[in-house]
Amino acid sequence: MQSNRVAASQVLQARPTRRTFLATSGALGLGAFLTSCGVGNGSQGGAGNGKGSIRALFMKQAGYSEQNIQAMTGSFQKANPDIKVTTDFVAYEALHDKIVAAAPANTYDVVLIDVIWPAEFGTKHIVADVTSKWPSSWKQKMLPGAVATPQYKGTFYGVPWILDTKYLFFNTQHLKQAKVDQGVLTSWDGVLKAARALKSAGVVKYPLIWSWQQAEALICDYTQLLGAYGGKFLDESGKPAFNQGGGVQALEFMRQTLVDGLSNPTSTQSLEEDVRRVFSAGQASLALNWTYMYGMANDRTQSQIPGHAAVLQTPRGPAGQPGVNGSMALAVAAGSKNQAAAWKYISYLTSQPVQDKYALSSLPVWSSSYDDPAVLKTNPAVVPQAKKQLGDLILRPQVVTYNSISQVLQGAIQKALLGKQSSQQALDDAASKVASQMSS
Amino acid sequence: MTVGSPARGRQQPAPAARPRARRGGQGGRGEGRFAVALLFPAAVVVFGVVLYPVVRTFVLSLHDVTSPMPGSYPFVGLQNYIRVFQDSSFYPVLGHTLYFTLVSTFAELALGIAVALLLNAPLKARWLWRSIVILPWALPTIVNGALWRWIYNGQYGALNGLLQALGISQTPHQWLGSPFLALNCVIFADVWKNTSIVVFFILAGLQTIPEDLYEAARMDGASAWGAFWRITMPLLAPSIAVVLILRTIEAFKVFDIIYVMTGGGPANGTQTIAFYTYLQAFSNQLFGYGAALAYLIVLAVFALAMVYLRILRQGQMAGVE
Repeated sequence: MQSNRVAASQVLQARPTRRTFLATSGALGLGAFLTSCGVGNGSQGGAGNGKGSIRALFMKQAGYSEQNIQAMTGSFQKANPDIKVTTDFVAYEALHDKIVAAAPANTYDVVLIDVIWPAEFGTKHIVADVTSKWPSSWKQKMLPGAVATPQYKGTFYGVPWILDTKYLFFNTQHLKQAKVDQGVLTSWDGVLKAARALKSAGVVKYPLIWSWQQAEALICDYTQLLGAYGGKFLDESGKPAFNQGGGVQALEFMRQTLVDGLSNPTSTQSLEEDVRRVFSAGQASLALNWTYMYGMANDRTQSQIPGHAAVLQTPRGPAGQPGVNGSMALAVAAGSKNQAAAWKYISYLTSQPVQDKYALSSLPVWSSSYDDPAVLKTNPAVVPQAKKQLGDLILRPQVVTYNSISQVLQGAIQKALLGKQSSQQALDDAASKVASQMSS
Repeated sequence: MTVGSPARGRQQPAPAARPRARRGGQGGRGEGRFAVALLFPAAVVVFGVVLYPVVRTFVLSLHDVTSPMPGSYPFVGLQNYIRVFQDSSFYPVLGHTLYFTLVSTFAELALGIAVALLLNAPLKARWLWRSIVILPWALPTIVNGALWRWIYNGQYGALNGLLQALGISQTPHQWLGSPFLALNCVIFADVWKNTSIVVFFILAGLQTIPEDLYEAARMDGASAWGAFWRITMPLLAPSIAVVLILRTIEAFKVFDIIYVMTGGGPANGTQTIAFYTYLQAFSNQLFGYGAALAYLIVLAVFALAMVYLRILRQGQMAGVE
């Protein structure tokens, strides 16, 4: 024992030599290697006692604004003083990756998830299965598009909260100047006719603006057109089918509007917010966008065309007029230690009275809200269009590898839009890549 | 001419005159403890924050990890590394990365040397010019990316506005609208920001060159151009090597400016290896594959650093000889 003390004191008194440095480094390195050998860590979540602190992750743009969410959260905390909620906001483009990165650390108790993620997050146990918590009455009381949003193979991974699709917005003053009747805007052929008239009348250089940047926004626009032309992402056996029929026609339509100078070439670098800015500046007459644009385009403080922005159901194509299901749901994080409090918070935010109150920002998921005069009064222009549109929504593929499929498609669609490849060739290449991804 | 002789010629204390701590003496013991105490926090940071993730990433790269959550994932050996070279998307991405690295590093170096020479000249209010030059580097990359995204915007961007105001072009250009042009525009934005740091490295190097060398050269009839190539450039070689290593490594793993400005588009034209790695690991949850890609980036950067260091060492040895 004494000799050990002497040895220790000698080590401490000795100068660090190269040998001791290397030995220490080696030992620490080995320690790091051994502690790294496991490929997973973390812990399981739990119900908790329904009290305490919870943390929620939302997105910054579209749907409910940050102020709306803060106000809703404030009301919830007032009604539930034993639950403290901290809210975080990120851009939509960062939302998925933030949820993934935060999952092992159990940072969040509640997360906002897009309609395209339940398959991925559910099967990877990032969000909790809440099927047993779903009252059966909700399935009848909510719109079908909303019920489909947090579902994957019959299991519910959240509660729908933002029910949205893309609508056709138009500038009434521009149409008047070009002597175009808004009645033609019920079909995509009519939209092209109106765009040609607007261009030849010199009202705007490029009548149409779209969110065709290499991002999910591009797939949303493509989905809406694919539905109008009768295309499908996947066939009944789950194999890629977007390179046939309506899928190709939809892309050819998109490309042709650029070639004809009807679509603003900036579209290929634009997201929804860019579309809103260009439309609100009066530099475009026609645009596809989410519900939120209506309020902002008519807001005197944020728009140069207040009172001139109008909205219609998405135009009809040869096969119909389905809107893209762009809904989002609130989910309980699988690793949350306070799932009971998280569920209380989600139940409150998704409740009909709360959703009805904020209908100007995002329309409710509850069917009866659309017949409520108070809701109609909140958003009299969009609610009647939504009532027609929300019963006819098209889903993007509900598969675990959706993100990688979407990335392949985004690249291929952009190649066709920029004229680097024909629509058929670009989609054939994408289909072959997607098929190989799905089989591996 | 021998590089390094001027420095050696300066008055420095002779090695024998330096105070030396006796090994094992009272002072030595105190110094030893003090050194260990000073090194300990750094060692904890290096091993905890650097070594552990490096080792863990390597372990991940040998498994088929497809979720961030705990679980048992199959061991696949080097399959993820083999898959990288079988991935048809990897080669265009590698091409973009090499082009970005080569062009941005060369442009930053050439511009950096030119601006540093200017700032080293006896200008009025030199401190002001030096402060202005450092400003772009002080901007966070995310802010720089957002700034240039607005400048390049085809609809309301400042660059098109400037060209129209100057009467150079009345047609708005889609600067980020085609793959190759977009890649070059991103490079320009990167050069605008990072030339500053090159300037300051080179400027520091320039200030170590004694003025009497230039006087001697002038007396021997050397032109300014001759003095630049025969005195300035050889003596700047160590600074250039350091800056080349740093900028090449940074450029090779470029991510944030791409993320903000183009998101890898249009038509995948601005996807670089680091961006592609991020997509695979976080967006597609292929953590094992992403880890293999990350390791290949580390290996490539390590190889580049070794090449530069070897060149630098050879240059120094040639100078000494």
